[in-house]
Amino acid sequence: MTNEELKMKLEELFPGSTFEEETQWLTLNMEAEGFKPVAQQLRNNESFNFDFLFCLTAVDWKTHFSAVYHLTSTALRHTIVIKVKIDKNDPAVDTVSDIWRTAEFHEREAYDLMGISFTGHPDLRRLFLEDDHVGFPLRKDYEDPINMIKL
Amino acid sequence: MDIKTTPTTFPGTIHEVPGGGIVLSKLDDVINWARSNSLWPLTFATSCCGIEMMSVAGAKYDFSRFGFEVARATPRQADVIIIAGTIVNKMAPVLKRLYDQMADPKYVIAMGACAISGGPFFYNTYSVVKGADHVIPVDVYIPGCPPRPEALLHALMALQEKIKSGQTREQIREQKPL
Repeated sequence: MTNEELKMKLEELFPGSTFEEETQWLTLNMEAEGFKPVAQQLRNNESFNFDFLFCLTAVDWKTHFSAVYHLTSTALRHTIVIKVKIDKNDPAVDTVSDIWRTAEFHEREAYDLMGISFTGHPDLRRLFLEDDHVGFPLRKDYEDPINMIKL
Repeated sequence: MDIKTTPTTFPGTIHEVPGGGIVLSKLDDVINWARSNSLWPLTFATSCCGIEMMSVAGAKYDFSRFGFEVARATPRQADVIIIAGTIVNKMAPVLKRLYDQMADPKYVIAMGACAISGGPFFYNTYSVVKGADHVIPVDVYIPGCPPRPEALLHALMALQEKIKSGQTREQIREQKPL
């Protein structure tokens, strides 16, 4: 499907969705609450068939976090980006590791560096840093006065 | 060391006698000579310096010409560890364990800015050890980012010199009992 067709189909299934369209791929903006059913629909609906989560990352916007999911369909050759807005005070979003297994590691990385907790993840612990590391270093407000000079 | 003998030659003097010759030398010198000419490095590289180290192992530079014959993939068969790259906090215990597993006598070369001080880019971070000598003792430091292959060869030969002249940490410690 083209970006326009994807958008029309999504608007039909999820009325009230908001999009960004100036970029290469269609971007769907979401709140953390309704994300899981949408993700399931994107994976299982035959006209979407997004079978490959090729990137999962997180952004600190200071006012809130967002988790960014890049999905593609290896069969239908279309791609979509989902940006999920996450509350800064309670950074949690449902896991998608049961839908795309690759998210197990991706979500551990996002948890490790950005401190986003993925509800329902089977093994949410640090991936890159030591297990006893304190804080989440990719957050904008992260400080480490012992190891880092504040610039 | 005798002025007549260069560091690459066998330590000692040869006295010609009818029917052959007698070599006069000190056992320590012979041992140091043998050790310094057969230093097998550990296959250990944590970042881009490793690429440079591999090129030194390759045909163009070929450190086996100087006795660094083969890189061993196990610390138990290695004599020298070349710390080629950044050591992060999570790698530090692994490096320590590798060093502990190496058989004595063992030598350490810190290759590049990261191994010396944490590096030119990664210094100001939460994750990097600011110099591998916080973890294990280092015999020879090579500056550079990454150092040229010639610089690594120079460092390897400097280590050989150090061993031959009895100036490594272990040798000095043996000479001066506590």
